[in-house]
Amino acid sequence: MSIDLKTIKHISKLSRISVDEQRAKKLAGDLNSIFDFIEKLNELKTDNVEPLTSISKTTLKLRSDEVKSKNIREQIIKNSPQDNEDYFVVPKVIE
Amino acid sequence: MSDITKQSLTELIENIKNKKLSSTDVTKAFIDRSEKSEELNAYITNDFTSALDKAKKFDEKPNLDLKLPGIPMAVKDLFCTKNIKTTAGSKILNNFIPTYESTVTENIWNEGAILLGKLNCDEFAMGSSNETSFFGNVQNPIDKNLVPGGSSGGSASAVAGQLTPITIGTDTGGSIRQPASFTGIVGLKPTYGSCSRYGIVAFASSLDQAGPMAQNVKDCALLYEVISSYDPKDSTSVDFKRNYYSEELTNNIKGKKIGIPKEYRVDGMPKEIEDLWQKGIQYIKDCGAETIDISLPNTSYALPTYYIVAPAEASSNLARYDGVKYGYRAKGENLIDMYEKTRSEGFGAEVQRRIMIGTYVLSSGYYDAYYLKAQKVRKLIKNDFDEVYKKVDAILTPSTPSSAFKIGEKTNDPVSMYLNDIFTVPVNLAGLPGISIPAGHDSKGYPLGLQIIGRAFDEQNILNIAYAMEEKINFKNKLTDWWIK
Repeated sequence: MSIDLKTIKHISKLSRISVDEQRAKKLAGDLNSIFDFIEKLNELKTDNVEPLTSISKTTLKLRSDEVKSKNIREQIIKNSPQDNEDYFVVPKVIE
Repeated sequence: MSDITKQSLTELIENIKNKKLSSTDVTKAFIDRSEKSEELNAYITNDFTSALDKAKKFDEKPNLDLKLPGIPMAVKDLFCTKNIKTTAGSKILNNFIPTYESTVTENIWNEGAILLGKLNCDEFAMGSSNETSFFGNVQNPIDKNLVPGGSSGGSASAVAGQLTPITIGTDTGGSIRQPASFTGIVGLKPTYGSCSRYGIVAFASSLDQAGPMAQNVKDCALLYEVISSYDPKDSTSVDFKRNYYSEELTNNIKGKKIGIPKEYRVDGMPKEIEDLWQKGIQYIKDCGAETIDISLPNTSYALPTYYIVAPAEASSNLARYDGVKYGYRAKGENLIDMYEKTRSEGFGAEVQRRIMIGTYVLSSGYYDAYYLKAQKVRKLIKNDFDEVYKKVDAILTPSTPSSAFKIGEKTNDPVSMYLNDIFTVPVNLAGLPGISIPAGHDSKGYPLGLQIIGRAFDEQNILNIAYAMEEKINFKNKLTDWWIK
């Protein structure tokens, strides 16, 4: 298989990571060599194999929906890259 | 006592309990050595001032019943530490201050240990040489310009270089065992579900586990005992009966059956590794245990499986880094442009590569061919282990296919870098425990490790085998302190 520049641009869009032309070329080369290596899996017949989705046998437990961390809004907001006392701020979405 | 930093954790605890040393003495000694060791670049953030305060407080009213009484300790910068910057080795978390503490570090502080600082690692734990860290590569104390391995490279370097008596790392595909092997120390990757993942910056959630890294097996057992706990805050945490691993440690492994898997004899493996393995087999026999040739037929499919499963989970986990609620943000013309630029500038090349692989294998039209296929092969790999554990109690393999390599040697060839984890990755895919112990040196004098793989939740057994072998191997790290200023 071969991953071309068009595919790289598509994946980059899906991943929300912008890449310039030079970087896209490098990524195409890298991904092709990695996928060549991954293709080895096609040697195996797996039609009747159950996929392993989780290693742990435990079933998910339910818990009551209670507030445990109180009054940490200020600390949380402090980590926000754009200074504001009350909200997370993003570039304008609606004109 | 001038040689405080040369002491093992067990010795330090004894000396603190006997009042021969105070927590302040010990903390000062490790801070002093850490300050002289900047060249190793093992730390991302130090917390020395408050460490000394905490040590003094401990000494005023020492609680000597704790398991880690007044012991200073640095941890991998992948564990969230409340009010202390946690970067995961990434520019995108360069200014992130957690409002909560990871469960494993909480367990450590509850037993009396004191945080020295946060240790360097590959960005988001993605790497095998600590060269992908935004904060620069880490030097291996064994030799200048040698990688310490990764992703827990700062942790390995700090323990081997005696900057911290013990530490914790995380292991998704070998990130504790490979650097332990490269630096001549002991590293344990516990069974999936044994140590809580709460508060650990996520890489691949079905594979990630925290584990101890130490100078010897006994120290490793003690730290494992402290960090392993059932935690309702991690939905995959398992509520099983945990041992007092360090107290129950024994070198009596007579009659144990140890499997030697033929598939681990890979093409191009250096003779030195094969010789080391044979020596390990002899040590096992000298301890009164029996070795049995076994087969794990799907071993060669483990790495390709891993490089689908791990990036797929990573691409989902890392979707949260969008420049909105925390971390780095780039300027953008609109919301989408801001996301794309933030992630392009904030993530390093290896992380971007893995997010892209993960996005691709999960994308429409490719999911069945790659992700589903990998999950099926993962099942076959787990079945291999289930089958052999009907006959054997543990498995002995080399930890890595080579000794540590030079900085820069493999950075341009991702696949050759990935091949480093060929012996460790199957263990994560099957969710099993594995321990790497230093077992010898190659012709360059670099350390080499052997790995013991156990049944799920059978850490006591592999710790015992490691303990018995350690006695026979009598490994000594060759340190010249070349980096000390």
